[in-house]
Amino acid sequence: MSVRTLPLLFLNLGGEMLYILDQRLRAQNIPGDKARRVLNDIISTMFNRKFMEELFKPQELYSKKALRTIYERLAHASIMKLNQASMDKLYDLMTMAFKYQVLLCPRPKDVLLVTFNHLDTIKGFIRDSPTILQQVDETFRQLIEIYGGLSAGEFQLIRQTLLIFFQDLHIRMFNNKGEEVKRIEFKHGGNYVRAPKEGSFELYGDRVLKLGTNMYSANRPVETHMSGSSKNVASWAQESIAPNPLAKEELNFLARLMGGMEIKQPSGPEPGFRLNLFTSDEEEEQAALTRPEELSYEVINIQATQDQQRSEELARIMGEFEITEQPSLSTSKGDDLLAMMDEL
Amino acid sequence: MFRWERSIPLRGSAAALCNNLSVLQLPARNLTHFGVVHGPSAQLLSTAPEGVPLAQRQLHAKEGAGVSPPLITQVHWCVLPFRVLLVLTSHRGIQMYESDGSTMVYWHALDSGDATPVQAVFARGIAASGHFICVGTWSGRVLVFDIPAKGPNIVLSEELAGHQTPITDIATEPAQGQDCVADMVTADDSGLLCVWRSGPEFTLLTRIPGFGVPCPSVQLWQGICAAGYGNGQVHLYEATTGNLHVQINAHARAISALDLAPEAAPSLGHLGWLLSAAEDTFVHIWKLSRSPESSYIEVEHCHGECVSDTQVCGARFCDSSGSSFAVTGYDLAEIRRFSSV
Repeated sequence: MSVRTLPLLFLNLGGEMLYILDQRLRAQNIPGDKARRVLNDIISTMFNRKFMEELFKPQELYSKKALRTIYERLAHASIMKLNQASMDKLYDLMTMAFKYQVLLCPRPKDVLLVTFNHLDTIKGFIRDSPTILQQVDETFRQLIEIYGGLSAGEFQLIRQTLLIFFQDLHIRMFNNKGEEVKRIEFKHGGNYVRAPKEGSFELYGDRVLKLGTNMYSANRPVETHMSGSSKNVASWAQESIAPNPLAKEELNFLARLMGGMEIKQPSGPEPGFRLNLFTSDEEEEQAALTRPEELSYEVINIQATQDQQRSEELARIMGEFEITEQPSLSTSKGDDLLAMMDEL
Repeated sequence: MFRWERSIPLRGSAAALCNNLSVLQLPARNLTHFGVVHGPSAQLLSTAPEGVPLAQRQLHAKEGAGVSPPLITQVHWCVLPFRVLLVLTSHRGIQMYESDGSTMVYWHALDSGDATPVQAVFARGIAASGHFICVGTWSGRVLVFDIPAKGPNIVLSEELAGHQTPITDIATEPAQGQDCVADMVTADDSGLLCVWRSGPEFTLLTRIPGFGVPCPSVQLWQGICAAGYGNGQVHLYEATTGNLHVQINAHARAISALDLAPEAAPSLGHLGWLLSAAEDTFVHIWKLSRSPESSYIEVEHCHGECVSDTQVCGARFCDSSGSSFAVTGYDLAEIRRFSSV
């Protein structure tokens, strides 16, 4: 479909991720300076120039699993840690929120306004850091340049591409009273409300549209918890279990994209901390137990993101492998590949 | 006027495309075929009367060069004088099958030669005109294939230039025979409509300019062109002249499908029913007639159906008398059917 969809997908999902993390940091009473540090580190990694360069290249969308890997890396770009269960929940919340926003956009071009709403709020998180602010503004300008002049037809194609990506994801969310908070709702027959005026597509302006603004912000506390039954485990997981003939292409994509990610190593005596997306540790443990077997994998640290030369090596070496099935880390085939990378 | 009947379950939900439902009626065998695009696959179903599902089949887009599984843009049955072919368009090319989807008889790979890196390459827009099948492409070119009465000897006979933006839909006159009238209309992402006369060579008769929104769906019958636009409007034009006769503010969001029941409720001056479906969850049925004195086209709203919480992406009458219609929606894993009471 449209080859210009990835930047919009990435930035909006990233924005939702930051809203959720910000809310959880406050809910868990993480000290202000640590919380700010986490958000600054993540935002600075997201808007890194080389990473943005890779992102904005015209390309097709990859699988939900490949994208999840990028966000997992991003979420760990600072001193904060997330367990697998919390990471799952974070990704589910992010994807459902953006899917909902895309569906509700009155006009296909409004998805750009949703993106601007996310960026406006992100700028609010880092208003005290001029260098990161400059990175975000640079990306903003690039968006205006590339998307500002696209026709309605091109935005319709982008919208259809996004909806195909989100097809069949149904995760219902409830508040702590068990009432449904999120549901796709359209206006019913007979009474119509006049269409609102078009929002501003400039660097600064009134976006008019509320989609993409922070629904977790302090004055509207919304506790979300996932409906507990195991069939609500994200269907993106089901899709990833089947052997993927394009696994090699996905590894190349990840290597290129993550090669552009500059993760700053946490320096000095600053201890890391763990963030919990659930309301208690017990709940997180419970969610971890109900996580399907197929999703679990060992975390092996590959130092692929720090050294430009090594990441090029990595991409070249991975290019030489014929991978005919999803590399499963528990078989000897996967171990050989990783052992070779460790020797680099 | 219509009521919701038993739905037909789908193996995969419908993709958020336009014109995402094709129906083939086989009255002699008391069967109805449905075709829906899921994403990288398309689902074909055959049902008995009352929507009882009988058989189903999945077709996939032919793989080619590229980094992700190719997506299908449209699936459509083409009824030709001596045969019926099923055509499937994707991001790689055009596949043609026997009407039950059992055998592929022809494959045409798209030429992406002069596409810039930012352009998506795909085929979209399918219609039968006499013994030709016309298919639109991302560049605006319309490919005309000459179809023999039987066998796989299909030949690309012409490429029509008239559009500069991706084709969205193509419609042809249901009743062929008169050869000095407009019998094909093509629409594109900019909202431009081109009206053609078919023949061994197709001739461009007139252009109807757009107004900044795409025209995702178009129909043509009795010299009238009905066009549904991205702003929810439906326009009715005199096809040969391009004169606008009627403008309907039919929907609150982009139109996703139009269909015709030319033989619905026949009476003097009656032109049949037009069905419009849009992303605003509504399906509307409009009665069209031509006033005998003034010969202006008149429109009356017959029925509105709200398919709640569903972004409708395909809708068709199941027969030319309009006694029932079917609807598909994004993320909906069933075909909703409605029958008149």
